[in-house]
Amino acid sequence: MSYEIKGERGDWEVVVGLEVHAQIISNAKLFSGAAAQFGAAPNTQVSLVDAAMPGMLPVLNGHCVAQAVRTGLGLKAKINKRSVFERKNYFYPDLPPGYQISQYAQPIVGEGSILLDLPDGSTRAVGIERLHMEQDAGKSLHDQDPNRTFIDLNRAGVALMEIVSKPDIRSPEEAGLYLRKLRSILRYLGTCDGNMEEGSMRADVNVSVRPKGSNELRTRAEVKNVNSVRFVMQAIEAEAARQVAIYDAGGEVKQETRLYDSEKGETRPMRIKEFAHDYRYFPDPDLLPLVLTDEYIRKIEAALPELPDAKKQRFIAELGLSPYDAQVLAAERETADYFERVAQGGAGGKKGRRDAKQVANWVTGALFAHLNETGKTIAASPVAAEALGELLDLVADGTISGRIAKDVFAEMAATGKPAKAIIAAKGLTQISDAGVIEAAVNEVIAANPKQVADVRAGKEKTIGWLVGQVMKATQGKANPQMVNELLKRKLGG
Amino acid sequence: MTALTGLSIAAVRDGLASRDFTAIELARAHLQAMEKTRHLNAFITETPEIALERAKQSDARRAKGRALGPMDGVPVAIKDLFCTADVLTTGGSHILDGFKPTYESTVTAKLKAAGAVMLGKTNLDEFAMGSSNITSYHGPVKNPWRGKRNDDLVPGGSSGGSAAAVAAGLSACAIGTDTGGSIRQPASFCGIVGMKPTYGRCSRWGIVAFASSLDQAGPFARSVEDTAILLAAMAGHDPRDSTSAPVDVPDFAAALGKGAKGLKVGIPKEYTMDGMPAEIDKLWKQGIAWMRAQGATCREVSLPHTRYALPTYYIVAPAEASSNLARYDGVRYGLRVAGKTLDEMYAATRGEGFGPEVRRRVLIGTYVLSAGYYDAYYLKAQKVRALIADDFRKVFGQVDVLLTPTAPSAAFAIGEKMDDPVAMYLNDVFTVPASLAGLPAISVPAGLDADGLPLGLHLIAKPFDEATLFRAAQALEEACGFATRPPGFGGNR
Amino acid sequence: MSLNKETVRKIAYLARIRVPEDALAGLAAELNHIIGWVEQLNEVATEGVEPMASVVDITLPKRADEVSDGGIAEQVLKNAPEPVVAPGTDGGFFAVPKVVE
Repeated sequence: MSYEIKGERGDWEVVVGLEVHAQIISNAKLFSGAAAQFGAAPNTQVSLVDAAMPGMLPVLNGHCVAQAVRTGLGLKAKINKRSVFERKNYFYPDLPPGYQISQYAQPIVGEGSILLDLPDGSTRAVGIERLHMEQDAGKSLHDQDPNRTFIDLNRAGVALMEIVSKPDIRSPEEAGLYLRKLRSILRYLGTCDGNMEEGSMRADVNVSVRPKGSNELRTRAEVKNVNSVRFVMQAIEAEAARQVAIYDAGGEVKQETRLYDSEKGETRPMRIKEFAHDYRYFPDPDLLPLVLTDEYIRKIEAALPELPDAKKQRFIAELGLSPYDAQVLAAERETADYFERVAQGGAGGKKGRRDAKQVANWVTGALFAHLNETGKTIAASPVAAEALGELLDLVADGTISGRIAKDVFAEMAATGKPAKAIIAAKGLTQISDAGVIEAAVNEVIAANPKQVADVRAGKEKTIGWLVGQVMKATQGKANPQMVNELLKRKLGG
Repeated sequence: MTALTGLSIAAVRDGLASRDFTAIELARAHLQAMEKTRHLNAFITETPEIALERAKQSDARRAKGRALGPMDGVPVAIKDLFCTADVLTTGGSHILDGFKPTYESTVTAKLKAAGAVMLGKTNLDEFAMGSSNITSYHGPVKNPWRGKRNDDLVPGGSSGGSAAAVAAGLSACAIGTDTGGSIRQPASFCGIVGMKPTYGRCSRWGIVAFASSLDQAGPFARSVEDTAILLAAMAGHDPRDSTSAPVDVPDFAAALGKGAKGLKVGIPKEYTMDGMPAEIDKLWKQGIAWMRAQGATCREVSLPHTRYALPTYYIVAPAEASSNLARYDGVRYGLRVAGKTLDEMYAATRGEGFGPEVRRRVLIGTYVLSAGYYDAYYLKAQKVRALIADDFRKVFGQVDVLLTPTAPSAAFAIGEKMDDPVAMYLNDVFTVPASLAGLPAISVPAGLDADGLPLGLHLIAKPFDEATLFRAAQALEEACGFATRPPGFGGNR
Repeated sequence: MSLNKETVRKIAYLARIRVPEDALAGLAAELNHIIGWVEQLNEVATEGVEPMASVVDITLPKRADEVSDGGIAEQVLKNAPEPVVAPGTDGGFFAVPKVVE
């Protein structure tokens, strides 16, 4: 997908890199035993270590290390067996010690890649530069008091993974795909819930532009802390346009940090003095280098779930799904699991018992529509996988028609009742009795001589109308294939 | 010194056991001595209520036959760098005005659990930065030993108050911290025993941090045996300190009384320095003779990088300190000087709160870590440090302990050596190398100089080999026969 | 490498320590003296030498992922120069002069 910005004297392309801060799913913080959950009263999830009281020392949460390694493996990246925690020194009230424990020269994870699933079914790889662990800062509240800023340290010390992409992204759409894929992988792994609105995943967007077709890398601006995929895409568009306008006017783009104003649809420079940020990184002397064994990494690798790319490939290869359907179903683990329970299920539990394509249609069609309408996640679906499977079996064995099944599904979703009960209560069982069908067909033929004549005269399409009449006469319950075949036979088609 | 205040820990232990006196009587005697000796300014905060309460509990335990161990009922003075719950902890600095920790450092908690009776918090160089105790916000400490012209002398530093308190018989023993010599050098200046254990032997949790990779808590006492008893009560692995070594605390007392026979003593030739005062050199040679007389073998060894230890230390320690002291910012505890903006508040608080030596070191530290200078200074220093540690490793393949002088002079007058910070730094020339390598080291009072002032000899041992260190130190102590107390403090000239 | 007043001003800002204007020159001289002294390390051959990574020869200890701390807002705020109560909760805030973002 190529994205161009039309300038005054030519076209430009955009070069984007994304730095994502993903909050690690864990009970406690990265270096302290305080809880890492949100919503608590201010400063009630803060240990003396988080508050940087004199004499306090960090102790590493082993689970967070495993989460970072898991994520690195999910990004097909190199796990660095030796990594070092360094202090990033700067002053800000939400950073009590005056330094953030992070990783700089030797991060825990090195180069990897993410595969973007493009709308046309193809894929494109975007490189990952590195992933490292670091502490989150606390929260500054500027709007509680006219003259003062209030500080809440509940979030200070929570474990983050910073995932840095290579500047391989070339359009706002690709950025959106990248973030959605990354989120999908993180959620699959259970290492981050990827909720941008709640702040557990935040993106810093590095944007620069260059003349279309060139290889140069011009000065980039960083748009910080964008908290939705949509805003990331908008910010890229706005920032790229701003930079092109600068070049067109003969100016130079400044390397600076900016914020995205979603109401105005533009970026603006951050007002804090960023210039003096010489972070003076050095290895944290309260900690030792982190050394991982091959055994440790292997154990984690062996326990990884099947990830979206592999699942998508398997859906295509083994279940015959289209790349589009496979990608949609594989995007969220819960969805994929649901789909597979329906597709692989059945009375005998035989693998692939149900028609996978049909299942895919139902899940991405009727089920998704209902979930979207009611704002539910698949985990809260009123129609369980087993229940949907049962419904599909009833279509497959001819008990009801596909058309009726849609109505049954709607009823199942609304009432939570199983298909069989609804069909019985409403008498929706498909009529497949040849005698009954023949009687209905004969009646329709007798009642509609003009249409019958049309069909005999060659107007094939009118058969459909006649079928419709039979369906109406039988409250939609007649087996449509049988009706169709019988009509064709009787009318000599 | 009265009968009660001149006792060793061993004598206190025995006297309490034999009911010669009670812990309360002991505490009272020491508190009275402190009251009478306030002119030394050894204490920043006296804690008589706590002392009497703990003494009372000690007596109660003993009455029930449940005395805790050798430290039960023993009066101890605590350097004001250890956080003590609900007791003012200043770090010798204005910036910690009013700070009462809600928590207890691991080392002092251990002492409390062992039944030790805390007499008060002793004076120190601000944030442990100094070798004379003149940088304290709470005024200088006077050495109980007086100069030839009856002038006020420094007790050494940074643990000057602790050393003075023990030398003056205000406490049976004391604890301090040693980063570049801050226990050993004042021990030498005050004519007592002072020891720095192996890095990692004692927990740093709850000790106001100066230089994380160098700081170690350690004991002061009037005999090697006492020092070993006190260290045993202080030491032990602490999971809250990631640099705390997961090793058992050996029975240090078991190492005592073994004599020096068969001990291999190394004499590092590079410790003979230009301009070394003749008296120091003479005492050193006397020490060698004493060890030989005790049955040890002494041989010359080489530690080629010795002369680079001080400059290495004065890059690494300030660098770590500049980061460790960033938390003193007026936000969460201590002094706050108002400012119109946040930055102004920071700058005013720290500008007023830090003394000139701390300011110097924080600025040096900031500089050597800053962009463009990190490689040339900090990284370089850490490499030289590795070479220094390696020198020791090689030498300990051939000898068991090293013998050197402790300090390049006896105690000097308060007010001397003020013009040049580097001149003050040279006080640590013999003690710093062992600090950089994390080795256990001890100063034993060995003789008097021409002015009648104490001089110490210094022993260094392998990592975690405090047992050999104590063994050698006790043999030296026996040979020196140094029993002198400062005139006016139970001694005579 | 020589420090002048300007450098000292910058470093003092990085370290957030207010140094009166008239003290800058003197401080620069002192710092220069110290830096000049430590520069003798340049004499030492260090090619191929690994910087010291840890003084004590142990591996980095790790903690279990358990909530074992926190819930001590009172202690955390106890020494604060300007604590602010959060009404209706057992928590509170630290307060500083307003920061403009």
